[in-house]
Amino acid sequence: MAETALAPLSKGAAEGGGISVLRIRTITIVACLAGWELLARSGLLYGEVVPPLEKVGAAFVELLLDADTYRHLAVTAWEVGAGFAIGFAAGVAIGVPMGSRRFLGDALVPYVNGFATAPKIVFLPIAMLAFGTGITSKLALGALSAFFPVVINTMAGVRQIDPVLVKVGRSFRLTPLQMATRIYLPALRRSLVTSMRLGFGLAVVGVLLAEIKLSAAGLGHLAIEHYNNFRVPQMYAVLILVFVIAVGANGLMARLMPRH
Amino acid sequence: MNRRLATALAGLAGVAVVATLLEAVVRSGWISPLVIAPPSALGRAFAKLWAEGFLAEPFALTLGQALAATSAATLVGIPWGYLLWRRPALGAAYEPWIGAAFAAPTILLFPLFLVIFGRGYATTIFVGFVAAVIPVVLKTREALIGVPRVLLDVGRSFRLSERALVRRIAFPAAVPAIFTGLRLALIYALVNIIGMEFLIDFGGLGRIVSEMYFRYEIAGMYAAILLIVAVSWLVLAALGRLETWLRPR
Repeated sequence: MAETALAPLSKGAAEGGGISVLRIRTITIVACLAGWELLARSGLLYGEVVPPLEKVGAAFVELLLDADTYRHLAVTAWEVGAGFAIGFAAGVAIGVPMGSRRFLGDALVPYVNGFATAPKIVFLPIAMLAFGTGITSKLALGALSAFFPVVINTMAGVRQIDPVLVKVGRSFRLTPLQMATRIYLPALRRSLVTSMRLGFGLAVVGVLLAEIKLSAAGLGHLAIEHYNNFRVPQMYAVLILVFVIAVGANGLMARLMPRH
Repeated sequence: MNRRLATALAGLAGVAVVATLLEAVVRSGWISPLVIAPPSALGRAFAKLWAEGFLAEPFALTLGQALAATSAATLVGIPWGYLLWRRPALGAAYEPWIGAAFAAPTILLFPLFLVIFGRGYATTIFVGFVAAVIPVVLKTREALIGVPRVLLDVGRSFRLSERALVRRIAFPAAVPAIFTGLRLALIYALVNIIGMEFLIDFGGLGRIVSEMYFRYEIAGMYAAILLIVAVSWLVLAALGRLETWLRPR
């Protein structure tokens, strides 16, 4: 629909005479893969920097068949899952009062925005001083990364609640628990789902970057170990796995989004 | 105005309370000063960073890389976004992919860039570029699509050529919305570059944090982290101001 606004400007595509979306996509993917393969075989880049696709494919299959992979995956999943849960809970607990009390919210917003913008990975040394260099520090970084988008979106969500809904609840003399479950929660569903999606995505990034920087286990550790030993196809295989999981999780959360 | 002043003062009071609490917790020996630097030590830490050349130069270095990445993203992203608008079939094919890339954790690809470009400015700037180019492409296309039809119709009734229509009407009308893309680009480039600097111990502000940690200079490390937070916030706020100022009223 949006495309039709400019259709009069372009000639061919307006009558549907252009090539189809599917064809463009297929051509692009084939061209990219062919370009990669050519680059790999040309020897323009030295050594194994751009390994042939079959090697990456073989490394990926090997990765999926290796039991060790799942041990690392479990560590990362725990760090992301627990970190996200903590960050989300803390974000909601602080976002709700910041939304319902305008003065409090306005006073804190500049600081929240400042920390929310800054790259979270630079807080890793603090997490390592507090919790050591093990799993807990990665979990803490995941929590910290998830926290900020949750605070911001929860606060915005609370501020957008229609005051009439709250008044209706009050006039029915609902208990605070009933107010929370019958009025606030349904009205907040959309912003909570957005918070979850953004928070989860950032928790994944935070945890993996922390693992890459300094760790003994996890997918990030696996990737950087391969890098340090110059096992390039294996490293690409891990990155592909990480990406598939991250994008898949994001798509899954998008499904939770209420339509309308 | 009075209210704004009141909220600002309340915020500062909150910071003062937190700082006092941290100071008390560290002084009482509850938490070691090797975990949390007492706020009172930060002044000296900043002075030391300054004396060692760890403030102004790294700041300039990081900002320079972010600007380079954003410039490259502008040069590549605006024509790309234009193409996606001008050829709707391309737009329909690529827009969902680029949108997905916007949500995807592209910084996790950095070991790949590290392998290809080596540990240097090429890698940090490229990471910044990848983060920055996506919003530029998306916002440019969005901005051109959002140009009101009436404006284009006025141009047509004056029998402007297609070229003139694009150059005289579509682009000028799209500028404010394209600027939103550039603003996002600079912020993403800056944040990702600082993160990269920290991860690979190279370059400006991010490297300082890493270096202070490995030197075990805890107060210096906290000072560097606070500096990064302040810089991120200032760039965000300054660009927000610039955008409202540029927007036609």
